[in-house]
Amino acid sequence: MALLEIKNLQVRVEEREILHGLTLTIDAGKVHAIMGPNGSGKSTLSHVIAGKPGYEVTGGEILFKGEDLLAMAPDERAAKGVFLAFQYPVEIPGVATMTFLRTALNAQRKARGEEEYSTPDFLKKVREISKQLSIPQDMLKRGVNVGFSGGEKKRNEVLQMALFQPSLCILDEMDSGLDIDALRIAADGVNALRSPERSMIVITHYQRLLNYIVPDVVHVMSKGRVVKSGGKELALELEASGYAQFEDAA
Amino acid sequence: MNVALVKNDSGPAASSAFAAAQGRLPGAGKVAEIRREAFAAFERTGLPHRRIEEWKYTDLRALVREVLPLAGAPEAAALAKAKAAIASVAIEGAAKLVLVDGVVATDLSDLAALPAGVTVRTLRAVLDEQSNEARGDLLLTKASDPMLSLNAALATDGVVVTVADGAQLSAPLHLIHVATAAKAARYSRSHVKVGQGARATLVETSVAADGAAAYQANDTAVIWVGDGAQLSHIRLMRDAADAVNISSELFTVGAKSKLSLFNMTSGGAVSRLQAFFTLAGEASELIVNGVNLLRDKQHGDMTLVVDHAVPGCTSRENFRAVLDDRAHSVFQGRIIVRQDAQQTDGKMMTRALLLSDEAEADSKPELEIFADDVSCGHGATAGALDDSLLFYLRARGLPEKQAQALLIQAFVGEAIEAIEDDGLRERVIAAAQDWLEARA
Repeated sequence: MALLEIKNLQVRVEEREILHGLTLTIDAGKVHAIMGPNGSGKSTLSHVIAGKPGYEVTGGEILFKGEDLLAMAPDERAAKGVFLAFQYPVEIPGVATMTFLRTALNAQRKARGEEEYSTPDFLKKVREISKQLSIPQDMLKRGVNVGFSGGEKKRNEVLQMALFQPSLCILDEMDSGLDIDALRIAADGVNALRSPERSMIVITHYQRLLNYIVPDVVHVMSKGRVVKSGGKELALELEASGYAQFEDAA
Repeated sequence: MNVALVKNDSGPAASSAFAAAQGRLPGAGKVAEIRREAFAAFERTGLPHRRIEEWKYTDLRALVREVLPLAGAPEAAALAKAKAAIASVAIEGAAKLVLVDGVVATDLSDLAALPAGVTVRTLRAVLDEQSNEARGDLLLTKASDPMLSLNAALATDGVVVTVADGAQLSAPLHLIHVATAAKAARYSRSHVKVGQGARATLVETSVAADGAAAYQANDTAVIWVGDGAQLSHIRLMRDAADAVNISSELFTVGAKSKLSLFNMTSGGAVSRLQAFFTLAGEASELIVNGVNLLRDKQHGDMTLVVDHAVPGCTSRENFRAVLDDRAHSVFQGRIIVRQDAQQTDGKMMTRALLLSDEAEADSKPELEIFADDVSCGHGATAGALDDSLLFYLRARGLPEKQAQALLIQAFVGEAIEAIEDDGLRERVIAAAQDWLEARA
């Protein structure tokens, strides 16, 4: 069954159309990779799904679990189970990571009509997850992402993913700025979250990441559209032949 | 337009207020003479206005218009209301020094239960002491300012506090100003002397009792920090929404001592804290942090004058304003480094967060440096909440107002974190949260 259905999506940023009628279906429990050259609209797609302001949807629709996602505020989308792991997670000085995690988790639970976590339960849960991801406790006392290395920032994104248990994870260029070791730790964290109840969209420029997070389906984007879809072997094919063929096709 | 013409606007009301107050003002002879001189000094300008440089951004003639008559001495009903208001701000373990409409309320204060080493008298008692030749000095200050002069002319009471040399106070002294009056003015003047090597915390709170409205507060505190002493002074200004509060504080800091001032203003239609610091002894440290949380058409002003008179002192000023609706915040910071004050280290930072297009923040840093071996600097920023941070928080499930509140808390937290005492810092954070919740 489809978790996310994007139909003929057209999106503009400041009068310039970036997505020209993109259609994409994400199945429940599957990992979809979206590959494509710079400027093909990959990040725009991830931002529009998460509800970032500044994008004007001029046509098409996005259904998430059958509901109109575009009608929801970003926080409503998060509460419904959409999670965007940012390419460049922001630093928020003065907001302790623990405070942020608890506030966010309880805001999502409240929006879903669930009971808020008690402090001891919450602390226990965060400790468990951070241990699995080798995130030291003192990092959680610091401001959100303040002074974190690139790898630590990405691990913090994975920690949130594990804590919030979203049904759709969008990983926007998770490999950017990471060395091989940092990439492996982050990817292991993501792989541990793969489950039949959770879908993932892995957005990447390079095939490298897909050695660590092996996709079920690969889509190629070019000039604001999905121009080809296939199995994981498509990624390898692209690595060999490059994106140029699709630029022409689009 | 000329000054003399405008001056007439507030003149008659002020002189009738002064004349009518005579029977209420303690101190005869020399004291009365000082009051008359002070009032004459006030009358030369009247309510300060925008053509007086120090008051350029806080034009009291336009904002306040007139000097209200002196509030009556509080009676039983007023004291009962004040008592209820105090209950909401009292700090457990702290000795309360309560002024109601500018008059010391002995029964509401803990004068009989002061910590060891602390003595408190009322200004009224000291000024009425005929044998005390120096009593008139209590109304004099080095700084000249129209509102300070008006305060000297009309100060009805205040506390005169001494912390003995070497005394280490474990709990704060809590000076509480309660307004019960409507459409009336109060003038108080307090003195605090922290002896050599002593350590104390002075919390000052300004609140309105039920029924208090449209009052004018003019409170002055003159504070000495002795050699090797440490004073932490925390002010929480929570006046009525239609009140005016002009506070003046004058500090003299001795050698190898540490003074930390924190002020948070969330109340009052028009407010100003003007604080004058003289670093008079070497190797001392001054830390000033201020927060203005303003909405609607509130006007809040923090004006600091730091005088580095001797070598080797450090001063840090850090101000944060959060402004919603049509609120207006003013920060003026002047650092003077005298010729002899080598190795002065003075820094000043002011930041304003504008939550509305109609809010206004004015920042005026001024450095006057006459020494050549100093490290001084200032910075100022003004802007809206960062959209990328807001989106990050919302993408994690925080509704818009909650995301904003978290970022605002972090913003003012940069000033609040300077409060060392955990309990007091939590109190201030809670007061900031009250403001944020009222916004949501």
